Amino acid sequence: MQPASATAVIEFRDISYRVADTQVLSGFNLQVQGGETVVLLGRSGSGKTTSLKLVNRLLAPSSGEIRVNGMSNAEVDLIRLRRSIGYVIQDVGLFPHFTIERNIGLVPKIQGWPQERIRARVEDLMQMVGLTPEIATRYAHQLSGGQRQRVGVARALAADPEILLMDEPFGALDPLTRDELQREFLLLQQRLDKTVLFVTHDLHEALRLGSRIALMEAGQLVTVLAPGEFLRSTNPLASAYVRAFGGGLESAANRGTS
Amino acid sequence: MNVFRFILQNHDQVLELTLEHLRLVGLSTIFAMLIGIPLGIVIAHRPRFNKPVLASANIIQTIPSLALFGFLLPVPWLGDRADRLAILALTLYALLPIIRNTYTGIRGVDAAVIEAGRGMGLTESQLLFQVELPLAVSVILSGVRVAVVISVGLATIAAAIGAGGLGEFIFRGLAMVDDRVILAGAIPAALMALVADFSVGWLERRLQPQ
Repeated sequence: MQPASATAVIEFRDISYRVADTQVLSGFNLQVQGGETVVLLGRSGSGKTTSLKLVNRLLAPSSGEIRVNGMSNAEVDLIRLRRSIGYVIQDVGLFPHFTIERNIGLVPKIQGWPQERIRARVEDLMQMVGLTPEIATRYAHQLSGGQRQRVGVARALAADPEILLMDEPFGALDPLTRDELQREFLLLQQRLDKTVLFVTHDLHEALRLGSRIALMEAGQLVTVLAPGEFLRSTNPLASAYVRAFGGGLESAANRGTS
Repeated sequence: MNVFRFILQNHDQVLELTLEHLRLVGLSTIFAMLIGIPLGIVIAHRPRFNKPVLASANIIQTIPSLALFGFLLPVPWLGDRADRLAILALTLYALLPIIRNTYTGIRGVDAAVIEAGRGMGLTESQLLFQVELPLAVSVILSGVRVAVVISVGLATIAAAIGAGGLGEFIFRGLAMVDDRVILAGAIPAALMALVADFSVGWLERRLQPQ
């Protein structure tokens, strides 16, 4: 077992997760430091999404523990834990019966913020993620996919959580919109300095956005590498990824560390 | 038009029986909603209760109404007054569409919406009252609408056990072999079903999300 680091914001300790007879995760250890973006990279079924859901305890591990800010997340109040962690998923999951404004302001509202402060916060957030103010009173079905995901990010940031969990947030977008949102994510991250755990199967995205890349396969962590190291890695799985994605990776990796 | 002359001549009684009918249908629908909606919510969240609950409601539906009224007759307190009994029977019949639609409506809420809500830290009751029920409300109401329309028809049979309502005219007309008397019960009942269908349908569309 790795020594516990005092500065790790998220720490997976010897996690295993089983559903019926399927071992989804085993012997999983990972530390995410404050302010870094760790990308979980792997193919479908490698256990990336499961790992993410263990952090905000949408799932509970079969064994092992997850520490968030040094505290086991099984011992803290579940609702408080989740409200302190932003959660963004591929399908966004905007509430279709709420306006955009209400979607973004929901967590502040249930935390009892005064009306004026919520309004100001929503305005700030919309500007921050590049949404025009007139969208505030619209509904999710009136927005494009890219706009919806911007709202998803704004909603996750609403109560200013220290941690952000992102599960293939840009996976369903067209390449141009995805590129735009990735670029904005990097700018936002420079400004906000959140601790981010990001799931993707796209190496390009991983190199571009990640401070470190955690490569997963069949429920196990294969290796954790910085983007530059990843490209030069002799690990067979890592080099298989690099081969499969072909050209243009160097530049993605460079942008990722800028 | 003999029927309408008959109705006009007996308007006091038509009105009285219509109100009785309305009371039977109204009370039984309210009871069925009070029982059926919570049950539907429970089985939507706990799938292992789903089969037994829906199967029971289904079986009740298959009991012929006249037989059900008969079975309930000897039950103490209930059997004392025919209207209590009729309301219970009508409540039982109304359960199936209400339970089933509540279940379907809640299960039909987009899984991503639920996951996002839970991940954001909504409590289970916030999730239910702010997300699931508002999104399921029009499906639930369409179950209520079916239940009301069935009830208006079934309630006419309650007259057979002396519970009153528009069925009185129908049974009397059958005994007298007089179409006018039968229609004096059947026409107001049909109108009541139409009005109920229309008004709950209107509410359903009003409350539809988006």
